[in-house]
Amino acid sequence: MTGASRRAIKLQVNGKPHAAEVDVRLTLADCLRQEFKLTGTHLGCEHGVCGACTVLLDGQSVRACLMLAVQADGRAVATVEGLAGADGKLNILQQAFKDHHGLQCGFCTPGILMTLTECFADKPDLTEQDIRVALSGNICRCTGYQGIVDAAMDALRKMRSLL
Amino acid sequence: MPPEVVDVPLRIVRTSRRHDSATRHVSGSATYIDDMPEPHGTLHLAPGGAPVARGKIKSVDLDAVRAAPGVVRVLTAADIPGTNDVSPVVGDDPALADGEVQFHGQVVFAVVAETREAARRAVKLAKIEIDAETPLVTVDEALSADLNILPEYRFTTGEVGAALAASPHRLDGTLRIGGQEHFYLEGQVALAVPGEDEMLVYSSTQHPSELQALVAHMLKLPQAAVTVEVRRMGGAFGGKESQAAQWGALAALAARLTGRACKMRLDRDDDMIMTGKRHDFRADYQLGFDGEGRLNGYDVLLSSRCGYSADLSQGINDRAMFHADNAYYLPAANILSKRMKTHTVSNTAFRGFGGPQGMMAIERAMDDIAWTLGLDPLDVRIRNLYGDGRDMTPYGMRVTDNISPELIAGLERSSDYRARRKAIAAFNADSPIIKRGIALTPVKFGISFTNTFLNQGGALVHVYKDGTVHLNHGGTEMGQGLFVKIAQVVAEEFGIDLEHVKITATTTAKVPNTSPTAASSGTDINGMAAQSAARIIKDRLTDFAASFYNVPREQVAFRENKVFYGNHSVAFSELILRAHVGQVSLSSTGFYKTPDLTWDQAKAHGRPFYYFSYGAACSEVMIDTLTGEMKVERIDILHDVGKSLNPAIDIGQIEGGFVQGMGWLTAEELVYDAKGRLLTHAPSTYKIPTSSDVPADFRVALFDGANREATIYRSKAVGEPPLMLAISVFCAVADAIHSLAPGRRVPLDAPATPESILRAVKAVAQH
Repeated sequence: MTGASRRAIKLQVNGKPHAAEVDVRLTLADCLRQEFKLTGTHLGCEHGVCGACTVLLDGQSVRACLMLAVQADGRAVATVEGLAGADGKLNILQQAFKDHHGLQCGFCTPGILMTLTECFADKPDLTEQDIRVALSGNICRCTGYQGIVDAAMDALRKMRSLL
Repeated sequence: MPPEVVDVPLRIVRTSRRHDSATRHVSGSATYIDDMPEPHGTLHLAPGGAPVARGKIKSVDLDAVRAAPGVVRVLTAADIPGTNDVSPVVGDDPALADGEVQFHGQVVFAVVAETREAARRAVKLAKIEIDAETPLVTVDEALSADLNILPEYRFTTGEVGAALAASPHRLDGTLRIGGQEHFYLEGQVALAVPGEDEMLVYSSTQHPSELQALVAHMLKLPQAAVTVEVRRMGGAFGGKESQAAQWGALAALAARLTGRACKMRLDRDDDMIMTGKRHDFRADYQLGFDGEGRLNGYDVLLSSRCGYSADLSQGINDRAMFHADNAYYLPAANILSKRMKTHTVSNTAFRGFGGPQGMMAIERAMDDIAWTLGLDPLDVRIRNLYGDGRDMTPYGMRVTDNISPELIAGLERSSDYRARRKAIAAFNADSPIIKRGIALTPVKFGISFTNTFLNQGGALVHVYKDGTVHLNHGGTEMGQGLFVKIAQVVAEEFGIDLEHVKITATTTAKVPNTSPTAASSGTDINGMAAQSAARIIKDRLTDFAASFYNVPREQVAFRENKVFYGNHSVAFSELILRAHVGQVSLSSTGFYKTPDLTWDQAKAHGRPFYYFSYGAACSEVMIDTLTGEMKVERIDILHDVGKSLNPAIDIGQIEGGFVQGMGWLTAEELVYDAKGRLLTHAPSTYKIPTSSDVPADFRVALFDGANREATIYRSKAVGEPPLMLAISVFCAVADAIHSLAPGRRVPLDAPATPESILRAVKAVAQH
């Protein structure tokens, strides 16, 4: 790789400034995992289908395996590591996944949580069917989705009650 | 059966507990192998696959690969100091192809480079010349060429020829059953760290002990110098039972040759091309039955695509035969299994291990009988169930724990099957294009490894001076909740809270010579071993407390984080401290072997299973007869897990297994071209069920009953059996198609994709 193929980037990750000099072809997922050691964003298929690497870019869900790190320059990235409070307390959505057994092997869980985080921020009036459609870009091979949908609905109810 | 003796109320087992890693999973802090901090200077491997499916290797020019940026070493078969084999049994799976290739994508070389990307880029520079021969790709091609990978095998009971001849009704048919890609979300991965004449391999494997042995053979090291560790897998489903070994072995080879830590994480396309899948089958059968729909004779030939090597195909095809009866009594049967060799990747273990394919054939037979006689398929199924005087399997094991009739009756009621069947008939009468269908099908699944010696488990338990417990056992965690269940068993034994039991990574250094976590047996064997280890320590503590406090042994009890003696109690942690000062050993191994198993492979006779797990599912579907589109509308399941150790975990296994089975039978289609190349090598072309494919109306209940056998707290295995509940979806689709032309048999093959449904719709409509 030549020097010209590298570029310095600065971005916010979970509200904190991060900087790195990266190869221009480095994916955002590899940047998060290798440069910033944020390994909660998982790589399942590496071509944008399984949803395991879903993160939020300026609040919108993206597949971190399909996006280059340089495309995130100057923008705000949210990952699963930023969901819990500074004291480590799980947020409502995380707690609901725990309570409703919305996970087994756990590999797809971060991507699913990020998809729902975007979804819930957009539309508080989601139905169960909306949630099933919203999650249809995230493959879970273990649960059969029942625990996941139950957890999402429970979290939604609890969030609404706080409004 | 021996009675269950429980002298204290149970507090920890038989309660729903969260997965032990739940907090980590929702926080992104659960460490998979690719998340571990890499040792300084870690190198990365990428595999180079064969460009054609079959032929002699003429030349392999790797000069450009070696010269590529970042490349440190290139591995070929010649670099292996010991045995070039990563097979589980037979010795026919080279880690690196030598002389010939037998499937498209077979690994010929591996690049070791400074980065994964550099390794993958370099792979593309290889020039491999192969004297290509025409591959045998399908079961039919292999049958025509009579090319077997293993000898055929047969079960017989009664005189099937005479039974067929004497039957008032006879049918024959063929059913094709597709394979299935595991698509564990975490792909194959291993990290090998070289030590002082030692090798430590972190591997996403269901079978650490096997990888340990293979690495030792490959590197000419004693097994004592090789350690394999796995904390968790991101799913496995059988795909990491034998076929995680190649990647761990190659990483270890690279680490041995370079002296540096080496990681191998497969790209998803490579993973799907280079690792085996569920066997696809062709079932050819003849039925003889009476006017009530009862089978007199069943003659079935089960032919499977095993791929280029034996892998676990013997056990898998045996298990297909063991489940050719499913829950039904066969007065006369001939069950013949042919294990076909093809020039495709070696097919391997996948949840159910051949059982699902064996069951599919007889479930089609039940539908065939019902369609021919104009009966409700459920009535045909019920009439054929095992029962009094009809309890002998085709392999000489008596069914003594049969709960199918009661369980099916319960589901028939709770699912409102009869009324819904009527409503569906009325709907279909008024709906020319959209058709509905319903089916209620049973599962009876044999629990134990049919290779009897594998039915053993081991554990290691330490109690530390603060009263906390270190738990280790031979099972591996792949998401199924094994670790929390076994921790529950140990916490129950010591009468302490679950939080005081520290669950630790599976490693060959703590519990040796383990069986794979497979055959649904993880909890049965390792739970008993862990209980045994805990009991040994508890016995010593009881002796110590009786002596120390001067009370009879019978007055010492462990519960609520305390140890009670006479009318007094002491904190568990305090007793531990006193016992330590009293020079009591606070560590023990535990061991268990499943009792009462016998299997004579030559005579095809014995008791291969400790018990059976039962279940039934009722599925309702809707199809569009113009497009082939299918939607599952409602699912009702009643499933037997004995006395559940952890109902929430078990229900998760049932739901997940069902949906995975539904994917196998309705959506997931593996397509190979005539040259043996897998065309569906990524989730973009291979359709896996998503949340919107699963109906909102999904009702799951646990059957209320205890295991008749003395398993751990009378629970039953749950990993595999629920997958086969999804046969009800396939049969419901066939039922919907059948409504187009009642009385005609529906030639629906699996998977029932829209194309497959349309073919069957056209076939019944054309008559």
